[in-house]
Amino acid sequence: MNYETVIGLEIHAQVLTISKIFCNCSTGFGAVPNSQTCPVCLGYPGVLPVLNRKVVEFAVKAALVINCRINKECRFARKNYFYPDLPKAYQISQYEAPLAEHGFIEIFTNEHEKRIGITRLHMEEDAGKLVHAEGYVSSNKSYVDFNRTGVPLIEIVSEPDLGSPQEARDYLQKLRNILQYLEVCDGNMEEGSLRCDANVSIRPAGSQNLGTKTELKNLNSFRFIQKALEYEVQRQSALIEAGGEVVQETRLWDPEQNKTVSMRSKEEAHDYRYFPDPDLVPLAIDPEWVETIRSTLPELPEAKITRFVQQYQIPRYDAEVLSVTRSLADYYEECAALFPKPKIVSNWMMGEILRELKNRNIDITECPLNPKALAGLLKMMDQGIISSKIAKCVFDEMFTTGKSAEQIVQQKGLTQISNEEELEEIIDRVLAENPVVIEEVKKGKNKALGFLVGQVMKLTSGKANPALVNKILKKKL
Amino acid sequence: MNRIKKKNFVNLFNLADLNLKELGLMEIPEKELYKLSIHQISNLLRSKEVSVVEVVRSVLDRIEEIDSLINGYITINKQKSIARAQELDHILADSSVDFKKNLSLLGIPIAIKDNICTQGMKTTCASQILSNFVSPYNATVVRKLLDQGAIIIGKTNLDEFAMGSSTETSHFGCTRNPWNVNHTPGGSSGGSTSIIAADEAVCALGSDTGGSIRQPASFCGVVGLKPTYGRVSRFGLVAFASSLDQIGPIAKDVTDCSLLMKVISGYDPCDSTSVNRPVPDYEEYLINDVKGIKIGIPQEYFEEGLDKEVEEKIRQAISLFQNLGAQIEEVSLPHTEYAIATYYILATAEASSNLARYDGVRYGFREDQFTDLIDMYEKTKQHGFGAEVKRRIMLGTYSLSSGYYDAYYLKAQKVRTLIKQDFEEAFQKFDVLLTPTAPIPAFKIGEKINDPLQMYLLDIYTLSANLAGIPALSIPCGFSHEGLPIGLQLLAGHFQEEKVLRVAYTFEQNTEYHKKLPKLP
Repeated sequence: MNYETVIGLEIHAQVLTISKIFCNCSTGFGAVPNSQTCPVCLGYPGVLPVLNRKVVEFAVKAALVINCRINKECRFARKNYFYPDLPKAYQISQYEAPLAEHGFIEIFTNEHEKRIGITRLHMEEDAGKLVHAEGYVSSNKSYVDFNRTGVPLIEIVSEPDLGSPQEARDYLQKLRNILQYLEVCDGNMEEGSLRCDANVSIRPAGSQNLGTKTELKNLNSFRFIQKALEYEVQRQSALIEAGGEVVQETRLWDPEQNKTVSMRSKEEAHDYRYFPDPDLVPLAIDPEWVETIRSTLPELPEAKITRFVQQYQIPRYDAEVLSVTRSLADYYEECAALFPKPKIVSNWMMGEILRELKNRNIDITECPLNPKALAGLLKMMDQGIISSKIAKCVFDEMFTTGKSAEQIVQQKGLTQISNEEELEEIIDRVLAENPVVIEEVKKGKNKALGFLVGQVMKLTSGKANPALVNKILKKKL
Repeated sequence: MNRIKKKNFVNLFNLADLNLKELGLMEIPEKELYKLSIHQISNLLRSKEVSVVEVVRSVLDRIEEIDSLINGYITINKQKSIARAQELDHILADSSVDFKKNLSLLGIPIAIKDNICTQGMKTTCASQILSNFVSPYNATVVRKLLDQGAIIIGKTNLDEFAMGSSTETSHFGCTRNPWNVNHTPGGSSGGSTSIIAADEAVCALGSDTGGSIRQPASFCGVVGLKPTYGRVSRFGLVAFASSLDQIGPIAKDVTDCSLLMKVISGYDPCDSTSVNRPVPDYEEYLINDVKGIKIGIPQEYFEEGLDKEVEEKIRQAISLFQNLGAQIEEVSLPHTEYAIATYYILATAEASSNLARYDGVRYGFREDQFTDLIDMYEKTKQHGFGAEVKRRIMLGTYSLSSGYYDAYYLKAQKVRTLIKQDFEEAFQKFDVLLTPTAPIPAFKIGEKINDPLQMYLLDIYTLSANLAGIPALSIPCGFSHEGLPIGLQLLAGHFQEEKVLRVAYTFEQNTEYHKKLPKLP
């Protein structure tokens, strides 16, 4: 039988505020355990939460760009459960009255656009982190680091609109990209600042009813998400094919065994006993404030891609790659303004620049070449001062030393030889030394011609203008 | 110096009647300074007739003398209080300090209910589970008191986590009623009201979730006020039921009550439920006059269950107000009968969540024999909490559970709104409402502790004010034939504390009940 996959994602994104959601402790990553705590985030007796306004602002930003309706009034609720990393034994979250609802984003998947519904966006606090490290402390004990406790999160819940693991991945990628653009979340899945759970079910193709779903957790990278979803879809259809039934449960992705394993059944599911948090008053969002926030929203990836294609006449693929981050796009635009051959700029950025950034594992903002330097190099190449081959060497040198292209070309005497007389002299020498090859060329073997060009290049240390060399050679033969 | 002014002997029982200017002429046995009120001590300190150290020593001696009988204190802050008194004497000697504006409580020994956090001092909530807990910070009210020069003389006993009406559920043993030590002081702020009745502190703070200031104030014959919800910061009050809890003053008279109210009230950025609204100078409203004041008598508060003697005293008080020119009229609060059920659903629901944090992981008591995490949680809570606390956690957990939430919690919230509306309507017409504080005078220790439902019924007249969030005060209005105090409750609309204070002050000025003291060794 043919099955259809139904996936919905729950994304938790850490909001980039300086301080926590209900106290003024720092949110910095990687500090000494428990150094960023206070009685409030440690849940001491008698403390009360006070909402960080900045968190609401960031959440509203995110809600606006995913086309959600901001509720006039929202409430915080307590989600009650016991765990040592949760000092109050409840998490302050939102339940019945979230910040925003009824949104959507468009994703580009399988060569076409698809609209994915967003059920809701709400604010909540993060829990702490358990440390079970052996060697770090005595291995039969667990320790808790509360630095992350109270770090603000937004949770974005999608509708079950995702039809395949690939779509789920594309959706997450798109959402991550948007949040990074907004500078609401850094999107770092390794550090846990972006986390993802998935609800998965399958049903006979064309059916209107949803099948029994399982919830997948521990999907901490794009690769895991796709693999876990693929595995789970496979597992569910095999189960049904064999006459079995899918059991509603929570499953964990085990990356070592490449499979999902049962974590808890529906019967074992927590009853979180949600109720409105009496310590926090209902939050009324001022529509004027929302409009102020809307007016400060940056251009988003989709709009940027469309504009790049139109304005710079580059392929959509190029525009997508260049729009991955705001800083990369800005770099491109700055460079293209100084050197107005946008496709060449795009080629160099997608080739050399991104390769070198990846090799050095650095970000575009840390690139030793600024857009002006890259434009300078491209200009020299365009004007024929250096060949494209030399340009690549110069680029490498620029990347390591930080010097300008002009400096390097001048210091190393790399200027292209475009003087016909000088080149003719060298070409004559090469022809005299290779009579056999000349015969081959005359028989029409292009490869042989290439060899001769190569010899000229060798004698000029690559500085000969290749177009000119070709022209002279053809004339002489 | 044993005697301050060796002139005439004055019976201190009548001290309150004296014009303070005359105090300079009279003789005050130093060891009886503890019997005075805030305003009396303040005047003596400012006229340099006594020192802060003398006041503090007097109170500490009184505690030493009597608290083994009363058991009102859990912690006595002896050494630090004397050291602070010495510092305050230096400030007092500095003539450049404006004591009227600042330091309105300079040198006043105050006791704090032990569910309010005091930095560097134990805050136990009368529970085994917090028996060794020392708070790393001061509650906002404590900071305000200290800023005004008060001295935290000790922490007072309560029902465990303020859950109870008799101070019997304390891990540290029950407190006794100074008027008859075989009787309970009421609760949960029974420690704070007892020690005020027994003159073991000049004034005290309590907390009131369903009557926990007013009911013990009535049982102990002192003045206690539960402020409007949001008037006083809850930051640092260990939460029982967050939407009902308020901290309030417990004092020897209405004047002291208003002095304390002024200090502890006001907006606190650390408490999102506190209200940003100016604090009146409550003292200005202490006017001995109720002419034209409209007092409503809710008929539902005089039905079955009200002790005859209590009713009689309340009726006498009503007559007195009538004679003083107040307009008295009956009023109906039709949803009163649902108050107890509503209260016990909401309060226990919130409590079940608020008390979940006491899990033995970070602070407080942890059972040390356990097999795994869940076992540690279970044993810690099993042994750390007392029976009444566990009962309420279970009730609250149940009513919040999926499948029951709508039927209990949500419905209770709706009824709460109806109860609130009853009062709003009544206050369209009346300045204050007058009711008994409790249906009976203080009962015997052990009499009701095994009958939780009987115990819950004692809050019948007090808990509506918490559900409605309105201010309510209890003031002594007579004694039973056994000599036990009876209290009268005055309620007003939101942020109308000055109205209840004015009416209470007038009552006090025209009666003698507050002058009577318990016979103690």
